[in-house]
Amino acid sequence: MQRYSGFGLVKHALGHHENWERQWRNPTPKKRYDVIIVGGGGHGLATAYYLAKEFGVKNVAVVEKGWLGGGNTARNTTIVRSNYLWDEAARLYNHSLDLWKGLSQDLNYNVMFSQRGVLNLGHTLQDMRDIQRRVHANRLNGIDSEVVTPQQIKAIEPALDISSRARYPIMGASWQKSAGVARHDAVAWGFARGADALGVDLLQNTEVTGFKIRDGKVLGVHTNRGDIEANTVGCVAAGNSGVLAKMAGIRLPLESHPLQALVSEPLKPVLNTVTMSNHVHGYISQSDKGDLVIGAGIDGYLGYGQRGSYPTIEHTLQAIVEMFPMFSRVRMNRQWGGIVDTCPDACPILSKTKVKGLYFNCGWGTGGFKATPGSGHVFAASLAKGEMHPIAAPFSIDRFHTGALIDEHGAAGVAH
Amino acid sequence: MFYIHCPYCQEHREEEEFHPRGEAHLMRPTDPDNATDEEWGDYLFFRQNPRGIHHELWVHSVGCRKFFNITRNTVTYEILETYRMGEQPSITAETEKLRKEQGVQTADGGWQTIGAQPDSRALNEETSS
Ligand SMILES: Cc1cc2nc3c(=O)[nH]c(=O)nc-3n(C[C@H](O)[C@H](O)[C@H](O)COP(=O)(O)OP(=O)(O)OC[C@H]3O[C@@H](n4cnc5c(N)ncnc54)[C@H](O)[C@@H]3O)c2cc1C
Ligand SMILES: [Zn+2]
Repeated sequence: MQRYSGFGLVKHALGHHENWERQWRNPTPKKRYDVIIVGGGGHGLATAYYLAKEFGVKNVAVVEKGWLGGGNTARNTTIVRSNYLWDEAARLYNHSLDLWKGLSQDLNYNVMFSQRGVLNLGHTLQDMRDIQRRVHANRLNGIDSEVVTPQQIKAIEPALDISSRARYPIMGASWQKSAGVARHDAVAWGFARGADALGVDLLQNTEVTGFKIRDGKVLGVHTNRGDIEANTVGCVAAGNSGVLAKMAGIRLPLESHPLQALVSEPLKPVLNTVTMSNHVHGYISQSDKGDLVIGAGIDGYLGYGQRGSYPTIEHTLQAIVEMFPMFSRVRMNRQWGGIVDTCPDACPILSKTKVKGLYFNCGWGTGGFKATPGSGHVFAASLAKGEMHPIAAPFSIDRFHTGALIDEHGAAGVAH
Repeated sequence: MFYIHCPYCQEHREEEEFHPRGEAHLMRPTDPDNATDEEWGDYLFFRQNPRGIHHELWVHSVGCRKFFNITRNTVTYEILETYRMGEQPSITAETEKLRKEQGVQTADGGWQTIGAQPDSRALNEETSS
């Protein structure tokens, strides 16, 4: 692998940038691997990377039906935070946040992780009680989190309307300073390049169409490019997880919904941080290119089309204008949708299944981008050892029959 | 944007008048006192979530406020029929397959204006930031 550096940049400038190495190979599938990962989004690629790098499993294939990162990974609004309520979720997201901090160095790839902080606004007394409870829980879990007043909010984000004239006046917020944003496609590419350099085969345009299962054990996958064998298969397919599960005779408690986002025309720097509001239901940040990055809730109906409906966009922008009246005449540039795999308790599934050797990592729904490195890391550990990593263990599918749910609807309130 | 035919109002109205309420025809365990954790979990949390034909419950929330059912394709988003509570769908995944094979157009009761494009498989197509 050609390492990136300032020196390399100068060197390639002399050659008019014509001799950069390809970032990864485009191999033909081998007959057999030790581990197959289905889904070349951030979580699948991170899983493959950590398998090869930290757990010594290098004979790995990532099987992706489209192009790397073309699912939710490069469609999300890139918010990274870890201020979740329950211990299990806090551990998982904070593990991820710890990995984010060194990720660019580790991957030798600039993922543009920017810890510009996240405000979660409260507009009602109940909002504020919930925020206080969550902030206290965060602090017990070692997560930096504090309750801030409207005046403090104004100092952090002057563009916000904190006046009492607002329809839903802002009463306070939780503030996680270590939270932020990252460049989502760079995350997919960085993990892909790192995994490829360690010997992982990235198989694009390769769709899994079925599983080879005998005596309750997985033996491989059927694809449009032929059968590929492996005794360990990890499915990381976000909105299409249920479709894959069905092929293996497994049911998942997931529903697939469109989630939309949009960006504005580029503006001069105007936002310092990420602002989210469960109550007026919208969130916003500004990308380094200058566009406002905006999102809110899912479209309420099931959908596998990577688009959503117009009324949802309208509601989203109403919320933004409520919080930031000054944006009322900003023009929107592009809009798109991804298929999110929502789970009843707003927490993911990292689990074994009744088919031996077949694992699922899904249910991240509207908020899994932030978990990309952490999810990949603990899932890789689980696949390598054949036992779920302690951080992943509480997220088993069994919880939907035992009742041990991890209810994060509060912390996950507005889709993010 | 969907135009949805309410089977009670007998009119097509815009999507914004309605709310989707998830999978239709769910059956609560018939003997709740003796239902197992397995049965309760299945009833509460496990859904079909099909990529294709789906029967779903909607409510005409700012209209007649009645619940009714829609048969809809979750990939093309095409609404194939709407029908009242207590009725059964006339279009299912099986009949849809037949319709496709025979090329008969049976859709009624609703339509929508968003085009139906299959997921693009092309490499390196521009993705959103
Ligand atoms: C609009 C939007 C905004 C969001 N905002 C945020 C945010 O601000 N912060 C946050 O933390 N999260 C956010 N999310 C959620 C986040 O994007 C996802 O949880 C996360 O990216 C999931 O990553 P993944 O790798 O599991 O899935 P994906 O990136 O979707 O990857 C799954 C891959 O599996 C492939 N696949 C599916 N079926 C098959 C098959 N049969 N064979 C082979 N390959 C297959 C797909 O092509 C896809 O590439 C947002 C999501 C959306 C849609
Ligand atoms: Zn009606």
